[in-house]
Amino acid sequence: MPGVPVREEPLVRWDWIGRNWPAIQALLADHAVMALVPVAVGLLVALPVGLAGARWRGLYQPTVGVVNVVYSLPSLAVFIVLIPVTGLATRMTVMVPLAFYALAVLIPAVVDGLASVPGHVRQSAVAMGFTPLRRLLRVELPIAVPVVLAGLRVATVSSVSLVSVGALVGRGGLGYLFIDGWQRQFPTPIVVGIALVVLLAAVADTLLVLAQRLLTPWARARGTA
Amino acid sequence: MITFDGVTKRYADGTVAVDDLSLEAPTGEITVLVGPSGCGKTTSLRMINRMIDATEGRVLIDGVDVRTVDPPTLRRGIGYVIQQAGLFPHRKIVDNVATVPHLLGWDRRKARARAMELLERVGLDPGLAGRYPFQLSGGQQQRVGVARALAADPPVLLMDEPFSAVDPVVRASLQEELLRLQAEFTKTIVFVTHDIDEAVKLGDRVAVLRVGGRMAQLADPATLLARPADDFVAEFLGRDRGIRRLSFVSGEGLRLRTDLTAPASAEVSSVRGTAAPWLAVVDADDRPLGWVRVGELPESGTLADVRLAPYGTFVRGRDSLRGALDATLLSPSGNAIAVDDSGRVRGVLTRETLEEALRQAAGGAGGARA
Ligand SMILES: Nc1ncnc2c1ncn2[C@@H]1O[C@H](COP(=O)(O)OP(=O)(O)OP(=O)(O)O)[C@@H](O)[C@H]1O
Ligand SMILES: [Mg+2]
Repeated sequence: MPGVPVREEPLVRWDWIGRNWPAIQALLADHAVMALVPVAVGLLVALPVGLAGARWRGLYQPTVGVVNVVYSLPSLAVFIVLIPVTGLATRMTVMVPLAFYALAVLIPAVVDGLASVPGHVRQSAVAMGFTPLRRLLRVELPIAVPVVLAGLRVATVSSVSLVSVGALVGRGGLGYLFIDGWQRQFPTPIVVGIALVVLLAAVADTLLVLAQRLLTPWARARGTA
Repeated sequence: MITFDGVTKRYADGTVAVDDLSLEAPTGEITVLVGPSGCGKTTSLRMINRMIDATEGRVLIDGVDVRTVDPPTLRRGIGYVIQQAGLFPHRKIVDNVATVPHLLGWDRRKARARAMELLERVGLDPGLAGRYPFQLSGGQQQRVGVARALAADPPVLLMDEPFSAVDPVVRASLQEELLRLQAEFTKTIVFVTHDIDEAVKLGDRVAVLRVGGRMAQLADPATLLARPADDFVAEFLGRDRGIRRLSFVSGEGLRLRTDLTAPASAEVSSVRGTAAPWLAVVDADDRPLGWVRVGELPESGTLADVRLAPYGTFVRGRDSLRGALDATLLSPSGNAIAVDDSGRVRGVLTRETLEEALRQAAGGAGGARA
């Protein structure tokens, strides 16, 4: 047909991927670290905070309120505000807000998890002579695991996807590929970026599901049995 | 022995759940606390293992004020069974049962061996040991709850409506099981229920509480049924109290007639002259075959050729007057066949003899009201 450009850009140029594979791998690794470290840190902080929240209910609502406000801030705005503190294009600038986002999901997950321990189970633990600490470690936390893990899955997947936004402040792991492709009107990096983000999220989620199977065989058949 | 000495529990909101309760639960006996919802049964029970502390008064176990004992230590020596079993969902059955031995620091192998032994004692298939609680029926879970409470062989057992969440058939078998276990282990048991039938079935002594946490009556079941202290107790005991209390009157002394039985091999002609209207026919081994009406005997042959009417029996020495009454009601002759433990006929209980016994039993209920 006349008027149609001779050379049309294909959706994926495999040769480009081949040539840039080492760089793509580095971005993927950076992305994974920036996405997962905040979730891990978030979990470490959410456990004691959640325990305190479950123990002193009065403390819980204000804590959740504060964390939710943080959660509602647009991620880009937070990244920009943090630049003077943590530096432009550093991992920290991206990871600090992400850790707060993880907290916003994980603190309620820990509190809800502990609340999912049936009252009669807690009471029979008391009646059998568990000390409070031992009861927490041996009875309440293990029973809270499915709910906490469900929260952890949400936090992980959203963290993996949010890292990309960091590209706008110079450090976004695979997000760099979106900016690169968009600036050059070149779809291949965008497609690669999307595919790898989704893959990373899927792998992380699958690992968590496997962990859940392993950690809580007693909860597996609950829904199906 | 567990002693409540003027115990009052007032909750923070001012609710008086237990009011000046004094009570003794003797060692090796089942003491039942029974009463309507909210009368303070659970509160009373939990003051024994200090899940709740009394506001006033003292609770003593074998003379030791429970408040002088550190709660976890106290509780490891007291078995506790509740309505929903309270099993740990994340632990296998065997580990659930081994919980207290673990807390007491037994080595793992010994604790597990003990758990397996107890599963068997409470009538559970040891094959269930590796399952999780959600894989068990309600009745099975309740048995595990009992096994868990007994695991460290505590001298005291507290049970808070342990059987009220299971269907009546399972409940009856769990009750039987408890009585069997009690005969074997002889614990000091405090058992809470709101079911008066369960109370009189299981209790050596029954404490009836009224709302507000006051004791209405403390008595053995027979006395309770025969002589309720007041209208509240009588009402709580419910209908059919007269018949139910016959369960506690022994059938042992009932006079039996031995002239109203005949072997199946007997010639019809040899029994035709019997003055009574019905004869109980027995086989060569003295086991009951049924009733024959003397007026309807055939011309000839033996009793083995006659069609017999079905019969009611009671076990002499084991069944109560209630069992004897039941047997007469099931029998077309109005008389009951008394058998011994091995099922051999010992004689016939006539309705007249039974009525006399019932009259005497009613006399024993002297001051009964309502
Ligand atoms: N923590 C609490 N704070 C205030 N009041 C309470 C508390 N626990 C129980 N009560 C009240 O104390 C009274 C006795 O309660 P308790 O649980 O001992 O009754 P119960 O005889 O076991 O009843 P049920 O048969 O329904 O189990 C009730 O009026 C109840 O509402
Ligand atoms: Mg109760």
